[in-house]
Amino acid sequence: MKVAVIGAGVMGLTAAHALRVRDPGCEIEIHERSEAIGAAACSRFAGGMLAPWCESESAEPLVTALGQEALEWWPRVLPSTRMLGSLVVAQRRDGTELDRFARRTRTGEAIDATRLAGLEPDLGGRFGRALFFALEGHLDPREALQVLACELERDGATLSLGSDARAGDLDADVVIDCRGLSAADELPDLRGVKGEMLILRAPDVAISRPVRLLHPRFPLYVVPRGEGVYMVGATQIESGERSRISARSMVELLNAAYALNPAFAEAEIMETGCDARPAFPDNLPRIRRRGRVVHVNGLYRHGFLLSPALARMTAGVVFDNQFHPEVMDEDHRQRRTA
Amino acid sequence: MNVYGTELNSRLMLGTAQYPSPAIMAEAVKASGCDIVTVSLRRESGAERAGQAFWGIVRELGLKVLPNTAGCHSAKEAITTAEMAREVFGTPWVKLEVIADHDTLQPDVFGLVEAARELVSQGFEVFPYTTEDLGVADRLVDAGCEVLMPWGAPIGSGRGLANVPGLKTLRSRYPELPLVIDAGLGLPSHAAHAMELGYDAVLLNTAVAKAGDPVIMAGAFARAVEAGRAAFLADPIEARDMATPSTPVFGMAFQD
Repeated sequence: MKVAVIGAGVMGLTAAHALRVRDPGCEIEIHERSEAIGAAACSRFAGGMLAPWCESESAEPLVTALGQEALEWWPRVLPSTRMLGSLVVAQRRDGTELDRFARRTRTGEAIDATRLAGLEPDLGGRFGRALFFALEGHLDPREALQVLACELERDGATLSLGSDARAGDLDADVVIDCRGLSAADELPDLRGVKGEMLILRAPDVAISRPVRLLHPRFPLYVVPRGEGVYMVGATQIESGERSRISARSMVELLNAAYALNPAFAEAEIMETGCDARPAFPDNLPRIRRRGRVVHVNGLYRHGFLLSPALARMTAGVVFDNQFHPEVMDEDHRQRRTA
Repeated sequence: MNVYGTELNSRLMLGTAQYPSPAIMAEAVKASGCDIVTVSLRRESGAERAGQAFWGIVRELGLKVLPNTAGCHSAKEAITTAEMAREVFGTPWVKLEVIADHDTLQPDVFGLVEAARELVSQGFEVFPYTTEDLGVADRLVDAGCEVLMPWGAPIGSGRGLANVPGLKTLRSRYPELPLVIDAGLGLPSHAAHAMELGYDAVLLNTAVAKAGDPVIMAGAFARAVEAGRAAFLADPIEARDMATPSTPVFGMAFQD
């Protein structure tokens, strides 16, 4: 079978990976509009947290259920994935936010200041208590995209960078459309949710796992990227805008980092980032089959968490005609003509 | 109730921010039975008016949209946002918020009166988010506001009515003017309380949006608002310090 994948963001690459695993003989070509892997994908700005239980505070149970596959999948494919758990903290006066978070999630353990200092010495003494989700992990999204792309090419997939190909142009038995928000031209109920992030270099701060800072207005998080580099994210604004980080967002993001550890005040701002996450009205992902085109989209803020499960399902749809009602609200199979 | 010549069936108004997803927001709005939804423009806009998709979802609810100027810290900012809202939603209505303090989100009543004057002169129908202060209320009414929206407690605090005597005084000062409790409610009982005091309606967002199940909570608020309104119309008894037997006791001498 010949399969074309459009879009080399996390969904396109994981889908290609799953297709190859399902059928090593399958001919795969990947079309990416940008000149470098990840250059135009919103995956580039992801936090890279593998946190199915923390996310359940505001996400539907399906996200937690599918997200657990990521905990096992990523460490296998990407050896640098760290499975050190994640932490949730709140400033003293926002203690009720922490109570609510604990009430609405599972697997988090309430820990005291001593235990917190044991896990993350640089947060010691700054928070009276925290929640520890020991089973969660994190990865570096840009490295993950590179590793997946290299592996696919090594195994014989064709990677066409700078290719603006559309499904109609491609001579393939099946086209997997993973264009993210750009597919709104064919998926009219897809919308963008703007996210803004920063990358800081703070060699004086040593934090080894993702930390979420709860705040009634701006819940934000810091994810370590190693060697004193941290990603601080992310705003969530109902807007499809893909450029321009606002001064207000920058202040909020920096305040969150500063609240975790004042040494972040000395950090170097290496990068500011902004893009729009593709989302359907219920913020849940969809696989939509329309003839020989299979759209996989709407991963919202859960690209790295949900893509392994969606990739597996996509391979099932392509090769075994599977139907996954939890993510498939449309199924227009290719008409077989004699 | 009637606001700016529009007859409303529901006395509950709901905000559209902070829900887990737009789909849940739409379900909660339906469960609430409200006629008016508020929508914040400032945070959801950006240079290219790229909030279109979300505004489209709000418009599709088919209800009256009351755009708000949430997060504006000066009269000038609020006026600009109101003008943009009129263009986007095609309505002269605006819920006017001018925030004094970033941390407590208390209204800046000076900026509020200034912005209300300007917007009324531009033909807007202004719903000002204010405190229970009578002097400010008088100035807003002088400025041309035909409805007032005093807070119950600070925005998002979920505390209920923080100054009941002050709110009662405002109600008795303006017996005919539509008065809507806006902000600070956390529980349906808080909404019922506001309605029992004779307030015409309540407006809320966080209490529903951040509830574990926003749809069930929206329905709970709808019933509380109805119950509170009915109680007000039924002329409740006064509280007293002594017990009064509800069953007549025959053959006993009166005590004095």
